[in-house]
Amino acid sequence: MGETRAKIGTWLGFLLILVWCLLPVVWIISLSFKGPTETAAGSPQFLPKEPTLQNYSDIIDNPDFKDSLINSFGIAAISTFLSVILATLAAYAIARLDFKGKRLVLSIALAIAMFPVVALVGPLFDLWRTLGLFNTWPGLIIPYMSFTLPLAIWTLSAFFREIPWEMEQAAQVDGATSWQAFRKVIVPLAAPGVFTAAILTFFFAWNEFVLALSLTSTTQARTVPAQLSFFVGPDPFNPPYGQLATASVVVTVPIIVIVLLFQRKIVAGLTSGAVKG
Amino acid sequence: MSRLAAIDMKNIVKEYGDGFLAVNDVSIDVQDGEFMILVGPSGCGKSTLLRMIVGLEDITGGEMMIGDKLVNDLAPRDRNLAMVFQNYALYPHLTVYENIAFPLRLAHVPDAEIDRKVRDASKTLELDEHLDRKPGNLSGGQRQRVAMGRAIVREADAFLFDEPLSNLDAKLRGQMRTEITRLQKRLGITTVYVTHDQTEAMTLGDRVAVLKRGVLQQLATPRELYENPCNLFVAGFIGSPPMNFLPATVEGNTVKLPFGAVDVPPERAEKAAGKGLLMAGIRPENFEDASVRTDKGGGSTFRAEVDVVEWLGNETYAYIPYEAPPEVEAQLRQLERDLDGETMHTQLVVSLDGSSRIKAGEDAEIWVDGRKVQLFDPASGDNLTVDLDNAGRIPVHGTQQAAQSGAAG
Repeated sequence: MGETRAKIGTWLGFLLILVWCLLPVVWIISLSFKGPTETAAGSPQFLPKEPTLQNYSDIIDNPDFKDSLINSFGIAAISTFLSVILATLAAYAIARLDFKGKRLVLSIALAIAMFPVVALVGPLFDLWRTLGLFNTWPGLIIPYMSFTLPLAIWTLSAFFREIPWEMEQAAQVDGATSWQAFRKVIVPLAAPGVFTAAILTFFFAWNEFVLALSLTSTTQARTVPAQLSFFVGPDPFNPPYGQLATASVVVTVPIIVIVLLFQRKIVAGLTSGAVKG
Repeated sequence: MSRLAAIDMKNIVKEYGDGFLAVNDVSIDVQDGEFMILVGPSGCGKSTLLRMIVGLEDITGGEMMIGDKLVNDLAPRDRNLAMVFQNYALYPHLTVYENIAFPLRLAHVPDAEIDRKVRDASKTLELDEHLDRKPGNLSGGQRQRVAMGRAIVREADAFLFDEPLSNLDAKLRGQMRTEITRLQKRLGITTVYVTHDQTEAMTLGDRVAVLKRGVLQQLATPRELYENPCNLFVAGFIGSPPMNFLPATVEGNTVKLPFGAVDVPPERAEKAAGKGLLMAGIRPENFEDASVRTDKGGGSTFRAEVDVVEWLGNETYAYIPYEAPPEVEAQLRQLERDLDGETMHTQLVVSLDGSSRIKAGEDAEIWVDGRKVQLFDPASGDNLTVDLDNAGRIPVHGTQQAAQSGAAG
């Protein structure tokens, strides 16, 4: 009796949370299938009356959107790649070596992560213009890396610390150089950590808005979140809600796909069986 | 395999940054093809010594020779040794096959040869049906065998084992012990084996090196260690149940013990004459139920109240408590600490024949074999009655060290 009640309660809770989280998403998806007349109506209904794919074909044909999508992918991918490589090496050194100033490095990394992004916009804007980095890919990749590295280093060094040192010593006795031991044993074992760090970095770069808006001037380097703010349409009192919703759906899909892909890789307990159970 | 792979340690020292001497002036010569055991309680430096042989730990002083090559400054991968770690250290992301093949892949051995060698090893170790599984899905014994497979596939100059059986349950440990002996005899490869378990030390080793706090105490065959321990520490460490230590004084040819006097051979009594209060070491099996023992020659009988009796079928352990004088008790407690033991009741453990009918609480008549009584100097811990011709090698500094710690304790 009490058991069934608990079960019902659990499912009610699930349902509540699902509705709470998914309602806006469903609303955006629904919007993306509505024509301009429907979105302009005073009290639009939830589901589209006449579903249309017009918004999708429009947005794909929009060269600005296409360019910013390419920018988003390129910048996020490059920042993730570089950030993860640097973080892996740094985290390994922090986890394994005893060197002076180890705590200092970690504390500074954490301090950088706490820095408010907005406070940096002004100085960076001036600096980037002087250096010729304004409105370029590196101009965004560099700040994205510096903001994601600390978190990646902290995540990865925690993972490296979990890997028994014997693994590496066994590899060395088996004839591996330090580099081979790192590449063939430690990195594969830290894979869940590497993927976690990669996802976090990619999300940050993909979703970032303030820097993307301030440090770019054209679609040469502007990413999708910033570009969306320029989708105002011809009539300032009647923004193209359908188009905006469609663009949002298009940029959200890759994120969902990536999470689902990597989710399998983030399996806890990959190291189980390395040492006695 | 006629490679000469003797391991010669000469005055090896390991000093840590804080000045702690983990290994202090240890010299051990492991002959080609010999099975050498390093044994001692935790913190005696045996694992550190092993890790210095394989190259995972820097050597502070002394010379480490493998074959005729000085290896002090060689990286582990240049020493061509195979090691089995205490927790196996298998690579969890690789299959059993790839785990065993790992050293060969690093050496760029051709695939066909790798396959042949891995299958050879897996056949020897009966791992054939597990080759495609990951270590995480194997039992402790199977993981242990994979770790051994990774070692034997190498054709290394020597095997090093770091307490390989300590994570297995008792039954499996016994089986694996036999397997390791069989494998080592068949491959005829030089082996150094670290353990804290005196049974493993006794059963596996050609020779055994007993270490205490980084100092080599005695290097001898198991039989020599058992029959001629050089000091209280070795005597207490080797043998299970451990040797009994009793306060004793020698008068003529008799040794006076808390329970009564025991006649000992004149040559033994002579060595211990005029030294005041001594420690007599008598192994449990040198006692017997006087009613069971038919030939009472060479020994004496005494009466004592038995506290607890443990009947095991083939034999019976009887426990007889006694009061020890304070100066001996302090020495016994120190010894127990050195041996990693719990607080010791001053009690006598005697091993009687299984047919003995002695019951707990009974006043029993016990026979003791006087020919087997060893006499120790309680201050230095040295065995006064040691037969030096049959005691292997006893380093001089080892006894000095014992003397110091004895005086301190």
